Amino acid sequence: MKTFDLETDTVRVVNATLHAPEGEMEFQIRNPRGAHALAVGLYAPLRVTVRGHAGYYCAGMNQLATVVVEGNAGTGVGENMMSGLVHVRGNASQSAGATAHGGLLVIDGDASARCGISMKGVDIVVKGSVGHMSAFMGQAGNLVVCGDAGEALGDSVYEARLFVRGRVAGLGADCVEKEMRAEHLEWLAAALERAGASFRPEDFRRYGSARNLYTFKIDNAARY
Amino acid sequence: MCGIVGLFFKNAEREPELGQLFAPMLETMCGRGPDSAGFAVYDAEAPAGAIKASLQHPDPGYDWAPLAARLGATRVTRNATHALFVGPGDEAALRATVAEAAPDVTVMSVGRRIQIMKETGTPQEVVERFGVRGMRGSHAIGHTRMATESAVTTAGSHPFSTGMDLCLVHNGSLSNHNRLRANLRREGITFATENDTEVAAGYLTWRLRQGYALKDALEAGLRDLDGFFTFAIGTADGFAVLRDPIACKPAVMAETDDYVAMASEYRSLAGLPGIAAARLWEPEPGVVYSWSRA
Repeated sequence: MKTFDLETDTVRVVNATLHAPEGEMEFQIRNPRGAHALAVGLYAPLRVTVRGHAGYYCAGMNQLATVVVEGNAGTGVGENMMSGLVHVRGNASQSAGATAHGGLLVIDGDASARCGISMKGVDIVVKGSVGHMSAFMGQAGNLVVCGDAGEALGDSVYEARLFVRGRVAGLGADCVEKEMRAEHLEWLAAALERAGASFRPEDFRRYGSARNLYTFKIDNAARY
Repeated sequence: MCGIVGLFFKNAEREPELGQLFAPMLETMCGRGPDSAGFAVYDAEAPAGAIKASLQHPDPGYDWAPLAARLGATRVTRNATHALFVGPGDEAALRATVAEAAPDVTVMSVGRRIQIMKETGTPQEVVERFGVRGMRGSHAIGHTRMATESAVTTAGSHPFSTGMDLCLVHNGSLSNHNRLRANLRREGITFATENDTEVAAGYLTWRLRQGYALKDALEAGLRDLDGFFTFAIGTADGFAVLRDPIACKPAVMAETDDYVAMASEYRSLAGLPGIAAARLWEPEPGVVYSWSRA
């Protein structure tokens, strides 16, 4: 395992090395002290452990790699990730998993506002609660919340699926509760297992788009 | 974008370390605000019957003696472009005398404990210019500015004083500040700049003048202030934090047995003693958080 120490190494050197790993597959980053853009743009099946709190955009654009943050993560952790696993052991700040296309983002603690905003295919499992406007304009993928969800969950959601175990403070525009069918329970059980979350799928409720907002209805043509 | 920081000691033991711990918090926020910086430090109370006033003149060699004589100041301490006046009097009389006798002097703060200093330049330059590392006190709040709504000037820098011992720093922008400024002027609040944050400061002054407690004034602000904000507010014996309900502007807080600290980003908290064991959290949108010493 190769070790970086941000007391002496710069973020630029860390990321450049991770982009050209030259056969090394395991890395750790010590003393992150909230530095931004740690382990971004990886595209090999590396394993990177951040030993402390990460700043903004940690593991953004990730492909194939596993990035573990042993602390909290700042705004935009795993933003636009394409594949691989990003695992935050602590809490995540705003816009976790924003616009992400694929892979799995696991947050052991809470995520604050706008978790999964404009998500495009990623699976996000939050073992705690999420803040307001989560999954705003979510297009595809799944957001699983084992705790509570804040105001305006799933506002203007497209085809992302939302599963919440706790209380939902309020649903956003065009977001509705939907029937939990066998296929959803099956998917949820597998997702919870992948994320290491020991909750019963039966305790979750499913939410998604009522499809009144983003689908054009010909009956409304005269109104414009 | 701007950076804001605050550090409040729960007990007196750490007071000599305030500047040492606070200066790097402010410097770290340079990336969020490189064009000007400012801070309010709360230190020992003025003697009975006296007040402290932080005054500023753009010329660091300005002769403060005539104004000191007019104000009857018992102590004047020059610090770069600023001077701390201590002497008998009250806020209204002091402001009136300064406006009449030295119209090119700006009153940065008036109170029993507060001292505000702010200037253009990077946070590092401002910290060095005023010797922040050597300062002591019970708490401090600071701001690093990346101007969006008004010019890069000393007057447009934060903190903005909101009356005796009160001040405000702001990350964000208010969208209804023009109308609100006009309304507050009719209520007798005066404004020195076109800055949006000064309107928030003036709003708090007005609410407190109406008899609102600080917490109630801030909660009323949630209704009356339209725009983006994370505020840190300094009071004579404590500080408060408030984020707007949409909460686009970041904030993170840390609490130990010794202190409560807030910053726009964790980076500014990373060097504080005992941070590894501190309780860390993101303040909830639209919730007033406040601390004061018993």
